[in-house]
Amino acid sequence: MKPDHLRFAKTHEWVAVDGDVATVGISDFAVKLLTDIVYLSLPAVGKKFSPGESIGEIESVKAVSEIYAPVQGEVTAINEALPDNLTLLNESPYDKAWILKFRMADPSQVNHLLSHAEYLKHCQNATH
Amino acid sequence: MRNQTATQLLFEMSKAGRGTIVFPETDVPPVTSIPAIDAEHLATELLPLPEIAEPDVVRHFVNLSTLNMSVDSHFYPLGSCTMKYNPKRHERLARLPQAATSHPYQPEDQIQGLLSILFEMQGMLAEISGLPGISLHPAAGAQGEFTALLTAAAYFKDRGEKRTRVLFPTSAHGTNPASAALAGFECVQLAGGRNGFVDLDELKSQLDDRTAVFMVTNPNTLGLFERDIAKVADMLHGVGGLVYIDGANMNAILGKTRPGDFGGDMMHYNVHKTFTGPHGAGGPGAGPIAVRDFLAPFLPAPVVKYDAAKNWYSLSTPAKSIGQVRTFFGNVGILLRGYFYIRTLGGKGLREASENAVLNANYLLSQVKDFLEVPHGDRCMHEFVASARRIKEQTGVTTMDIAKRLLDYGFHAPTVYFPLVVEEAMMIEPTETESLETLDSFATALRTICSEPADLVKGAPHTTAVCRPDEVNAARKPVLCWSAPEC
Amino acid sequence: MPYLFDTPKQRQHMLHAIGIQHVDDLFAQIPPELQLKRELNLPPAASELALQQEMEQRLGQGGTSLKTCFLGGGVYDHFIPAVVDEITSRGEFYTAYTPYQAEASQGTLQAFYEYQTLISQLTGMDVSNASLYEGGTAVSEAVFMAMRINGRHQKVAVAGTLHPEYRQVLETYFARLGTQLVELPHTNGVITSETCRAAVDSETTAIVIQHPNFFGCLEDVAALTAIAHEAGALSILAFDAVSPGLLKKPADYGVDIAVAEGQPLGTPLQYGGPFLGIFTCRNEYVRKMPGRLIGKTTDRKGRDCFALNLQAREQHIRRDKATSNICTNQGLLALRTTVFLATVGPRGLKQMATLSHQKARYAADLLTKIPGVSLKFQQPFFREFLLQTPRPAAEVLTALAEKGMNVGPDLARFQMTNIDNWQNCFLVALTEKRTRGEIEAFAKALKEVT
Repeated sequence: MKPDHLRFAKTHEWVAVDGDVATVGISDFAVKLLTDIVYLSLPAVGKKFSPGESIGEIESVKAVSEIYAPVQGEVTAINEALPDNLTLLNESPYDKAWILKFRMADPSQVNHLLSHAEYLKHCQNATH
Repeated sequence: MRNQTATQLLFEMSKAGRGTIVFPETDVPPVTSIPAIDAEHLATELLPLPEIAEPDVVRHFVNLSTLNMSVDSHFYPLGSCTMKYNPKRHERLARLPQAATSHPYQPEDQIQGLLSILFEMQGMLAEISGLPGISLHPAAGAQGEFTALLTAAAYFKDRGEKRTRVLFPTSAHGTNPASAALAGFECVQLAGGRNGFVDLDELKSQLDDRTAVFMVTNPNTLGLFERDIAKVADMLHGVGGLVYIDGANMNAILGKTRPGDFGGDMMHYNVHKTFTGPHGAGGPGAGPIAVRDFLAPFLPAPVVKYDAAKNWYSLSTPAKSIGQVRTFFGNVGILLRGYFYIRTLGGKGLREASENAVLNANYLLSQVKDFLEVPHGDRCMHEFVASARRIKEQTGVTTMDIAKRLLDYGFHAPTVYFPLVVEEAMMIEPTETESLETLDSFATALRTICSEPADLVKGAPHTTAVCRPDEVNAARKPVLCWSAPEC
Repeated sequence: MPYLFDTPKQRQHMLHAIGIQHVDDLFAQIPPELQLKRELNLPPAASELALQQEMEQRLGQGGTSLKTCFLGGGVYDHFIPAVVDEITSRGEFYTAYTPYQAEASQGTLQAFYEYQTLISQLTGMDVSNASLYEGGTAVSEAVFMAMRINGRHQKVAVAGTLHPEYRQVLETYFARLGTQLVELPHTNGVITSETCRAAVDSETTAIVIQHPNFFGCLEDVAALTAIAHEAGALSILAFDAVSPGLLKKPADYGVDIAVAEGQPLGTPLQYGGPFLGIFTCRNEYVRKMPGRLIGKTTDRKGRDCFALNLQAREQHIRRDKATSNICTNQGLLALRTTVFLATVGPRGLKQMATLSHQKARYAADLLTKIPGVSLKFQQPFFREFLLQTPRPAAEVLTALAEKGMNVGPDLARFQMTNIDNWQNCFLVALTEKRTRGEIEAFAKALKEVT
C-alpha cells in the first residue's frame, strides 16, 4: 500500500479505510524513530476504543510508546503474526505490518486525520 | 587468565549425587502426638538445584568476581551514584553480634545498644538535613520518595485538603514520577529553563490549590545548585504545597547548606551513596527520610524514642503514622554503616568530604572541557554533565562508544544518556576519595579516546571478556533462566 | 578526614587549573544566605581504633548468641555456611554497582542470572526477577502486578492468615488508591474453600495467601488457587523460602505469582534488614513484572554473555508508567542466596527443611505435654506453630527470656484480637540449629513459668 492513500494521526498511526473498516498501523517515520523494536502488545478482538485511547504498546530497547486509537470503534482483527516478526515493521510498515482492524463507529472521523503530505510536514516540524 | 571451567554456569558444573554435607544428622526422636503433614503437601522428588563441591563453588565465584569492575579495583565515576571508597572498618563493625544477628522480634532490653545507635543516627540525619523528623524505615531511596509522598498525602488529608498533583522538572530521576504514580498522584512534568534550572514562570503557571508536592533534586542532575531554590520553596508554600528534595546529590553539600535551610520540607537520603553504604552490585540501600516538624506525626512506624529519665530506648509509632511500608525496622545493616561513616568523619570531616568532592569534579571539568562539550558551564557541584554531541556529528562516535572505550583504559564508564535534557550525555562524578593522579589519568584517557580513530572506539571494548551484548535479541526473545539441554 | 589524600601542593595545583583561589569559591553557586555558617553539630571524628572499641562495647554483646533463639514470624535463625560470608566479602562484588555496563559487570550479571535460575528451580515458577526489597513489599508489588495483568483495581482478597506486617504494608500501599482489602477469615488456623469462594468475585484482582501461613499451618493452596482462577483473579502465594526442601513447590499448586522473604537462605538477621524479596511468576506475565531482570544473550563476537534485560519496564525509561519505582535489586543479598543454594544444594536444603520440621514437631510434642499448654490450632505445621499457655504470653515470654531463651512473637504485638485467647498465644519457630538439649531446656523452662 502506498502511504499517499493513507490517513495519519499526529501520534504516528496510519489508517486505511475500506467502508466502515479501518486498518491501522504505525508510520515508517515512527518505526525509524524507535529504532530496534523488541515488543508489541495488542488488544483483544472485540475491545472498544475511543480516539486517543491507548490500544497497545510498542517497545524498543530504550523506549516505550503507546499506540493510540485514531478513530472510535471496535477491534475486529489483529495481526497475530506481527509480534513474532517485528522486523516487518521496518520492511513493510504500510502493508504486511498492519497492526489491527477496527469497525468504525463513525467513518467520518477519518476526515480529522492528516494526509500523508500533512503528516510529513508535521514530523518535520516536530523534529526541529 | 580467565578460568573458563570455573566460570561455566553453576548448572553446567553440577553432577547429580555429588552433594555437600552441611548439616548434622537429626538428634530428636520422631513423635506421633502432633498431626502429620498430608502427602498432598509433601515434595515427591529432590529439587532440581545444582550439586557442586564446595571448593568448586568458591573457585566459581572468585573467578566471576574478577570479571567485575568495582570501587575497590577501579575508578568508577558513575554520575548520580556517588561511588566513593567503602571503608573496610564498616564491614567489620557491622558484623558485631548485636548488629548482625539480632532478630527483629527480640525484646527491647536485649537491643539497647543497637537502638541507642539508631536513635543517634536519627539525630545526625536531622542535623545534616536541617529537618527534625526522621524515619530510618524505607529500604532505599525510591522507597523513601514513595514514603515521603504518602506522608505528605496523610498531612493534606488531615488538613482536609484535596491535593492531587506532584510536579517535577524534566531532569528528574525516573524514580520521582514512578514514586508519585505509585502513591496515587497525578504527575506533571515541567520543561525547565534553557540553562538547566527550574523555570520560575513555568512553575508558577502550574501551581494552584491542586499542587501537593514539587520534587526537585538539589544540586540538580546537571550538577548545578538551584540558585532560586528559596524562591521555588516560597512559591510552593504560597499555594500550600510542599517541596521534596531528592537527596541523591547530598554528597555535594554536607555541612555547606541544608535542605531544611533552603526551603525543603521533605527529603530522602541515599545512605549507600552519601554515607558509603556500599552499593553491593545494585543493593541493598537504605532510604531514610527527613521532614519538617509538622509532618513528623505522619511518618511511618517505627521510630526510636529515648526516655532520658529511665535511660531507655524503645520503638514507637508516630501519632498519625501512615503505617509500615516494609516489614520490620529498616535496613539496619546499611544504616549502621552510614552511622560509622558519620562518626568517622564528624562535622568537619563531612564538610571536607563535600568540599573535596566538588573540587575534584570542578578540576576534572577543567581538564576535559577543551575537548568535550560541557553545555552547562565551567562550574559544577560534585558532578558535571558533558556531551559527545559534537563528536557524534563529526565522527559518528557516540557517548556509548566513549563509555565502552574507557573500560579498555581501566576506568568504569560515567553514567550515560542521563539526564534526558542533554544530548549524548555523559554524567561524571569523581567523588572525594580519588587522588589528583587518578583524575589526571582519567582525563588523559578521555582525551586520547576523543582523538582515536572512530572505528577503534566504535569497536570498543576490546579488552574485556565480552563486547556489547545484543540487547535487541535479548529483549525480543528473553532468556531469563537456564534450562537443561534436551537429551 | 581519613579518606582524602591530595597534598596541599596538589590542591593548589587543582585550584589553579580551575582558576580560583579557594575551594569556597566553588560554593559561591549557593546563595550566601542559604549557606551554613557553622559546623554541623555532630560527634567529633573518631579514629578506627576508638570507634572499634566503642562499638564493641555497645554492640559486642547480644543478637542470637545471647539466648537460644526460638523466634520466628517470617525470619529465622538458620545456619549460614562460611563460604557465603567469604565470597560476599569480596570487594569486586560488594563495591560494584548496578551492572549498567555489561562488559564491566559479567561477574555480577552471571551471578544474578544464576540466582534467577536457582529461584526458578526452588519454586518451579517460570521466571524469577533478580530480587526486590524484602518479603512484605514483594507481596504488595505482586498485587500491583496482578492489577496490571487483569485490569481489576477494586478488590484484593487477603488471607487472614497472612503475616500481619505484610498485611500492614498492603494497607499502607493501597490506602490511597481506593482498593478494598477483603479479609478471608480463617477457620481453625486455615482458609477454607467456602470462605474464599464467598469473598472472591469478578472485581477481585487476586487472592493473597501464605503457605505455610503466619501461624505455621498449611493452606490448601491448590483449591484456593482454583477458586481464584474461576473468578478470573490471580493467585499470589507468599511461601517460606526453606519449605520447598520438604513441601511442594509453589508452582505445583498452580499459583500465578509466588513471593517470599529470602532471608532464611543465607542472610543474617540484622534486626530486620537488609533482606531480599523473592519474586517469581508465570512466563506470560514477564513484561508486567517489577524489578531487575538479567538475560542471557550473545555479544558482537557471538560469545554467550549476560545483560540487563527488558529495561523498558523500569522507572528510568517508563517513569510514571513504570511497573514499579524500584531501581535496583538487593544485589549483595541475591549473591548471598546464590552462594548459599549452590553450597547446600538440593540435599542440603532438604536436610535443612526436614531438620527444622522434625525439631518443630519434637518441640511441640514436649511443650504440649505441659498442663494447660496446647497448640492453638490442631493442624499440621512446617517449622513454626502457635502455642497457647494459661498465662498471658507477654509474661511468659519475659520469663523465658530471663531463663535464656527468646520465643515469639506473641499475637498481642500485632493486636490480633480476632483470635480467642489472643493474649495467651505466641509463635514458636525451629531451625536446624536448635539442638535436642536446647529444646528440652525450653520445655523445662516453660513448665516452670506456666
